[in-house]
Amino acid sequence: MDLLIFLLFATIAVICALNLVLQKHPISSALSLVGVMASLALLYLQLGAEFIAMAQIIVYAGAIMVLFVFVIMLLNAGAEATRGRSWMAQIVGFPVLLTLFGLLCWFAQRTSPTAENVKFGDFTGGGAQQIGYALFTDYLLPFEVTSILILIAIVGAIVLARKELD
Amino acid sequence: MDPASALQALNSGIPIAWYLTLAAVLFTIGVAGFLLRRNIITVFMCIELMLNAVNLTFVAFAHQHRDVSGHLYAFFVMVVAAAEAAVGLAIILTVFKNRSTLNIDEIDTLKN
Repeated sequence: MDLLIFLLFATIAVICALNLVLQKHPISSALSLVGVMASLALLYLQLGAEFIAMAQIIVYAGAIMVLFVFVIMLLNAGAEATRGRSWMAQIVGFPVLLTLFGLLCWFAQRTSPTAENVKFGDFTGGGAQQIGYALFTDYLLPFEVTSILILIAIVGAIVLARKELD
Repeated sequence: MDPASALQALNSGIPIAWYLTLAAVLFTIGVAGFLLRRNIITVFMCIELMLNAVNLTFVAFAHQHRDVSGHLYAFFVMVVAAAEAAVGLAIILTVFKNRSTLNIDEIDTLKN
C-alpha cells in the first residue's frame, strides 16, 4: 500500500514538474508547481514529517505561490517568446543534464544500500511538539538568525518595490 | 510474479533510494528549466522546484536516521525560500518597471 501511494504521488510530482518546464505561459507553470508541492507534502506525510508537510502546504503551496501568481497577474505576463538557441547549447545541454542526473542517482544508490525500507508509521518524531522542542533548544540560534533574515527580506522587498519619492 | 510475492513486495515498504531518485529527477528537471526557460518568473519557479527536491532528501534522511534535525533543515530551507521569493519578486517588479520586459535575454546590461 505504501508503495502504491509513493508511486502515485511520485508520478504526479514528476508529471507536474515536466509540465512546469514545458508550459509556455507562466500561470500554467505556477499551477503545475502547486501540484508538485502538494504531492511532495503527501510524501513528507508518508515519511513521518507531519509538521513539514503542513508547513509545505501552508507556506509553499499557499503563501509563496500566491505571491508568484500575484506578480504574474500584476505584470500581465504573457506566453514567452521562443527563439533559437545556440547550436552548442542544443548539442551539449542534454548530455550534461543526463550526466548530472546519473551522478545524483549514483550517489543515491551508494549512500544507503543497507538502509531499511520506509514504512508509514515507522518514524513518529516529526510532529509539532518534537519540532518545537528541537527548534527552541538545539536550534535556538539558527531560529533567531532566520527571524532577522526574514526581517531584512521584508525591509529589502519594501525598499525595492516602493514608488520613488521625488 | 505470483500474487503472494507481489503482495509481499507491496507491503515491504519503499527503499530510501527511491525517494532520493525522485529528488534527483525533480532537481534535474529544475536545472533544465532554469537553463532553458526565458521567462524570468518561470526561471524563479524552477529554483523553487530545486529547493523542494533538496527538501525531500532532507526529510528522507531524517526518516532513515530517526532524527528530527533533517526536518529542521527542511524548515529553514522553506523560510529562506520565502524570504528569497519576497526579495526576488520585488527585484522582478523593479526590472519590469524599468525595462518593460520579462525576457532574461533582454536584461543584459552587464554583458560586454
